[in-house]
Order: sequence, then C-alpha cells, then structure tokens
Amino acid sequence: MTVPLALPRPLSLRRLGDLVHQPILVLSWLIVLVVIGWAVAPGLFTEFSPYEGDTGASFAPPSAEHWFGTDRLGRDLFARSVYGAHTTLTATLLAVLLAFGVGVLVGLIAGFSGGLVDTAIMRLVDVFLAIPSLLLAMVVVSVLGYSTNNVALAVGISSIAAFARVMRSQVLAVVTQDYVKAAYGLGVGRLGVMGKHVVPNALSSVIALAALEVGTAVLAVASLGFLGYGAPPPEPEWGLLVAEGRDFVAVHPWASILPGIALAVVVIATHRISTSLRKEARR
Amino acid sequence: MTDTVAAATEVTSATDAQEPLLAISGLAIDYRTGRRRWNPAVRGVSLRVEPGEFVSLVGESGSGKTTLVQGALGLLPAAARIRGGSIAYSGVDVTGWNDKRMALVRGNYVGFIPQDPNTSLNPVKRIGVQVIEAVRLNRPKADYREAALESLRTAGLHDAERVFHQYPHELSGGMKQRALIAIALAGRPKIIVADEPTSALDVTVQKRILDHLVGLRAELGIGILLVTHDLGVALDRSDRILVMQRGEIVEEGPVARLSAVPTAEYTKRLLDAAPGRHTGRLAPPTAGDTPSVLTARALTKTYQLRGRQELRALDAADLVLRRGTTHAIVGESGAGKSTLAGILAGFTTADGGSVQVGGREVIGLRRKELREVRRDLQFVFQNPYTSLDPRFTVARLIAEPLHAFRVAGDRKDRVRELLAAVSLDEEFLHRLPFQLSGGQRQRVAIARALALNPEILVLDEAVSALDVSVQAQILRLLVDLQARLGLSYVFVTHDLGVVRLIADDVTVMKDGAVIETGPVERVFHSPGHDYTRQLLDSIPGVR
Repeated sequence: MTVPLALPRPLSLRRLGDLVHQPILVLSWLIVLVVIGWAVAPGLFTEFSPYEGDTGASFAPPSAEHWFGTDRLGRDLFARSVYGAHTTLTATLLAVLLAFGVGVLVGLIAGFSGGLVDTAIMRLVDVFLAIPSLLLAMVVVSVLGYSTNNVALAVGISSIAAFARVMRSQVLAVVTQDYVKAAYGLGVGRLGVMGKHVVPNALSSVIALAALEVGTAVLAVASLGFLGYGAPPPEPEWGLLVAEGRDFVAVHPWASILPGIALAVVVIATHRISTSLRKEARR
Repeated sequence: MTDTVAAATEVTSATDAQEPLLAISGLAIDYRTGRRRWNPAVRGVSLRVEPGEFVSLVGESGSGKTTLVQGALGLLPAAARIRGGSIAYSGVDVTGWNDKRMALVRGNYVGFIPQDPNTSLNPVKRIGVQVIEAVRLNRPKADYREAALESLRTAGLHDAERVFHQYPHELSGGMKQRALIAIALAGRPKIIVADEPTSALDVTVQKRILDHLVGLRAELGIGILLVTHDLGVALDRSDRILVMQRGEIVEEGPVARLSAVPTAEYTKRLLDAAPGRHTGRLAPPTAGDTPSVLTARALTKTYQLRGRQELRALDAADLVLRRGTTHAIVGESGAGKSTLAGILAGFTTADGGSVQVGGREVIGLRRKELREVRRDLQFVFQNPYTSLDPRFTVARLIAEPLHAFRVAGDRKDRVRELLAAVSLDEEFLHRLPFQLSGGQRQRVAIARALALNPEILVLDEAVSALDVSVQAQILRLLVDLQARLGLSYVFVTHDLGVVRLIADDVTVMKDGAVIETGPVERVFHSPGHDYTRQLLDSIPGVR
C-alpha cells in the first residue's frame, strides 16, 4: 500500500526554526546557561575574588570595573554574585531532584494502585500542601541545623507534595488510555505496563513542573539564606548578598538591588522555559 | 471539465429566474501552519443550492468539507482565512462581512445543524431556553414560548411541552439532534446547512432524522445542504451530489447520473467502497459444520448505577464462533455488544455464564492464567488513534507481545514478516504513530494482534473510525489474512453493510439480549424478528 504521506520536516530543525520567532525564550535559555556557567566555572566570568576586597574602595558605585559596585568591605559584588551562583544553584538542584524523585515515585504508587493506598498517600500529601512551604522548610532547617545542604533538603521536602499531585493526576489520565488497555491485552504484565507505557507518558507534564519548581526553589533557597538559615556569612550566596546590603539600602541601594535583580531575572527565565516545556508536553 | 462548464451556464440561466439560496464561487480557504506559512484546505470551490433543493456534499476526512461550510457561515476558526472567492445568499454578497453582520444572516436566513448532538447543546440550560434564544430575533416577546414549542414540534418532537422543560442529559441522542434541528428552524431560515448531522447516531435514528429533513424540505420549501462522509446517505435522499477531495470538487451532478455513470476516478472508488451497495461477499462463505473455537453461554453483566438503579448491560447472551469464520455482532449503541466483546477478551469480568476458548474455561481465571489465553485470543480496538502508545515506534509496537511472552527466535525478522502481512513497507518500522494515517495505524494494530499467532481476533468496531475507502482496504486485508492463516473473527459493528461483506454468521443484539442469530444469508434474507428487519431497512445506500 502506497499512501502518499506528508512527513513533517526533521523535528530538531523545525524546533530550531521556531526558536527564531521566540526571542524571549532564546534569551531565557541564554540567561540560564550563563548562570549555570557561573556555578560551574566562576573564575572564567570574573577576575575578582569573592572573599577579598579593597577596603579603601568600599561601597564603590557600579562602574566599568565593578559592574555591580562593591560592598562594605570593598569586595566586588559581581564576583560575589557569580560565586554565589554555585552555592544557590547546587542547593536548588539538589532540592528539585529530591522533590522530583520522591514526588514522582509517590504519585506513581498512589495513581497506579488506587484504593486505600491512594487515599492514604493523597491525604498525607494534602497535609503537606496545607503547610506554607517556606514555613515547612524553616522548621526542617531548624531541626537539622543551619547549612546549605540542609536548606536544599528542606526546600526539597517542602515541594514533594506538588510533584506527587501532578504525577498522580497524569498517571490516572494515562491509565484510562486505550493503549494501556491494549498492552494488558497483549499479555504485558503490570510492572511492564507501568514502566513502558504509564511512566514515560505521564512524565512530560511533571518535567515542565520541574522547570517551574527550579525558579521557585531558587527563591526558597535565597529566602532561607536571606533569613540566615543557609550558608554562614563570608560565603557568597544570593539571599545572603541581598541581606548584607539591606542595612545600607538608603545610601548605597545597588548593594541589595543588583543581586536582587539578578535573582529575579533567573527566576523569570526559568518560568518562561517552563511555559514552553508545558506547551511541548501538551502536543 | 464539461460538467463545470455546464454547471456554470446553469448558474447564469438560474439567476435570470431566481437567485440561488446559497451561491459560493471560487472559494479558497487556507489554514495557518506556521508564521507566514499557509496550507490550502479549500481550493476554489463553487457550489449553489436552489430553493427546495437537497444538495449533498460528500468527502472523506480531510477533504475540506467542514471548512467549506464553516467558511460559508462565517464560523471559521481563528487559524483560517478566506483567500479568495465569494459567498452570496439569495444574491446578497456576504464575502468579508464581519461577525456581527454574519450573525444576522445565521439563524434568520441560514440554519445550522452541527455534527455531534451530544456536545452541541448547553448542558446547564433547559431545551426551551435554548430554542427561545434562536427565536428571539424575529418574533415579539409574547410569542417566544409558542414559537419555540412550534419549532420543537416541526422538528419532530411530538411531546414538545415536556422536552421544553428538560435538560439535554435527559434526552436521547436522536432527541438532542431533533432539538438542534428545532433551534436551526427557529429563525425560519430559507436554507439549512447540516454538517454530518447523523454520524454520531444509530442507524435507525439516522434514518428517522434524515427522513424528517426531507419532509421539512417538502413542507417548508427550504433548501438543504447536507455535508456527509457517507455516500450511501447522500445517494438515498439528495437531488444533487458534490464530491469533494483534497479541497476541490471532483464531481458534481444529479444522483441518478452520478451513481450510474460516475466520471471521476475518486467517485468510482467511493461508490465501490460503500459497503451498503454490495450484496455479495468479499470471500465465499464458509458453510456448515466447522467445529467451534469459542463458545459463550448465558453471559450476564449488570452495572450498578448511582442510587439503587441497575443497568443490565448483558442479559444471558450466547455466542458460538466456528473455526475459520467471521461472526458479526450487530446492534445499536447500548445493545451490549462492546460489553460482550470486552468479556470475551478478558477486559471485563462477567457476573455469570461461561466462555470456552479451545475447550478451556475463561471466566473466573486469575490474571496470570488469563495471560496464557491471550496467546490464542487477541483484541483490536475501535480507534487506532488511541490504541497505539504515541511514544512507541512501529517496530516496538509490533514487537511488544513478543517481548511480553519472551518468544524465542529473531524478533526483528518476525516484526518484518508481520509488517509485510499487513501490506506495509519496511520504511514504516521507525515511524511513530503520529506519522501514520488512520488506516496505517489500524494495520499496525492488526499486525501487533497477530504477533503471537492467535486463533481468534476480537475486533471491536475495528473499521468504524476509518474513511470508507480505507475501511474497504482493511476489510479486504482481514479477509485475506483469514484465508491465509485460518483465523476466526468476532466482529463487533453497528454497520450492517460491513456484516454482509465479510461475516459468515451474525448475532443481532438489543438492550443486552440476543435477538436473533444465524448465518448471514438467512438473517438478511428472511429476518425472524421485527427489530432485525428495521435495522436492515435503515442501511443507507441500498436501493
């Protein structure tokens, strides 16, 4: 049988072509890639040290040399932002990975088994969702002790519930599809159906959520840092940078505002990327 | 070509006497496929409907027939644009009118009957209110209610008072479609445009609705433009038929001429494919005493509804499938045929009764034991668009049962063999379902079902979601496979035309019970039950 069929152009090419029409999305990816670069190899992006400053040049305003200006101790704030990316992003990544892994597993078990197991898990998830996540994270850090790793753990735990809920709803939707019924009909076992059909098809929406949660987690990590739950002071961390400049905000506003703007830009960029992933998932 | 010229001269002569109700000329509509990229859906179509004329527009999915109608009514989706041509109602050119002006035309001048009655009514408003909405424009307020009731009665709802106060969910599909007809008639239109008004309905209901439309035309003297994929439906009732393919009219003419001497190749193919027009079979029937491979006895299934209501989906149904034959199960929606198929395939558990496959009892088996039965009995789903995992390539889809049962040997060779068996090239191996047409998908689904060399295939409306020409190809394939591999089919369908083409035996079901069963020849020639006779009379395209 030779039915003429208009094949779509190769996917990758078409997607790249589409990107040209979405400059904001391209910009968002660039921002995220640059910030990841900061976290991986900060030395490439700045010649200044984040720890040592020229005390004579304290509170220098932004200039060609010091892009973000300097702080109370004359340390270059751009360098501190670049090095801070490492602390903040590592904590964020850990948090999202933890939340994603545990959340997907819990949601999968709940959605796939149904009945009492489902009810028990989902009521527990409801309890978690009822507690404001920042409050929950603060409680966890208070119990475990102040450190960046514990902040990551705390933020991760507080976002498990969101992942579990989305995963469960996706699993419930996929399980009713004909191709799942068909797989049972072909003699595929329960675990096989779960691994080959349910998980891959349910995951796309959860991945979009993960991108969104990266932005939220950056904010949560920085908030905990701002409140002093995270890395100890000499360490550069975005939330801490904002906190350190806070006392002088009336006289030297850039010390708080510029790191704050950098933080905001990263969060907005991840949101934009998440939106595009969600659209992909719906296709 | 000569046809178009003739048609063109006819139009000019007609304008002298009386303007056509609807005249579309050279209409071209594009769909946006990307930035600055447009894909033509309708390419320069001309069409007209004279007063009192019943015109049918026939075409398969993707031919652009619905887009054409939407364009004529000013209801195109945002992604479409009219590139050229003109639309005129009774000589008034409405091309380029904005939505506000078109709204005055719709309802008052042209009534529209949409495709799916189950989704086209507002579920939270009573029928009466929805009809009044359409009445409102051209009647004084005091008359609203009376006019709406009158409209419902004209649409064939005799108990108009009761329907007036009911919500859509309280009505059957056929009654909902009548309510939609009432809404279309409420503005006293001169022409009615109906887009596949009966495709979502059972055949007996379809017959009643279409007969009623024909009656309305005679009674009110209105013009009707019927859009349908079913050539049989069009042949039965139209004055004139237009056949559409890939956005163009390929043939146009009076019914008698078109069915007797079709000029376009495509029309011939459609006529050949329409199952209702065949009286013979695709293959000679298998006679007499072949042993049975599947025997179902007294199957019963009851569903608990909300409250304390029960629904008897299956009431002591019997079925005997003889080796190497096709046993069709026919009936309208709600007859219990899908429930029966689901029980045979082990998807649904029966409340009582027995199913024997190759001498083994299937009812009451545990999941693991049931899995063994699946080697002998496979299932093909109605909709090939949902029964294939969108992330699996064709090769992986067909190999899945081989992996599940750890079949030894070269699986890649076996997959190629199966692909060849359903007449697909090897280039399809690495395609994903979205890169396949509906017919190709169903071939893949059949190849997958054959992977384990089963004896029995249960096909649940396996060709209903496909266009007629594709449907004919798949039926041909099934018959060939049966001859070659000695397969036995349980073939669930609502289409009696298809039954006559391929089945040896037929079981007619209604409300969960078996009404009649026997060889196709006997049941079709001398039906032993009124309901069977009624079903047979409703097959479109039989003359």
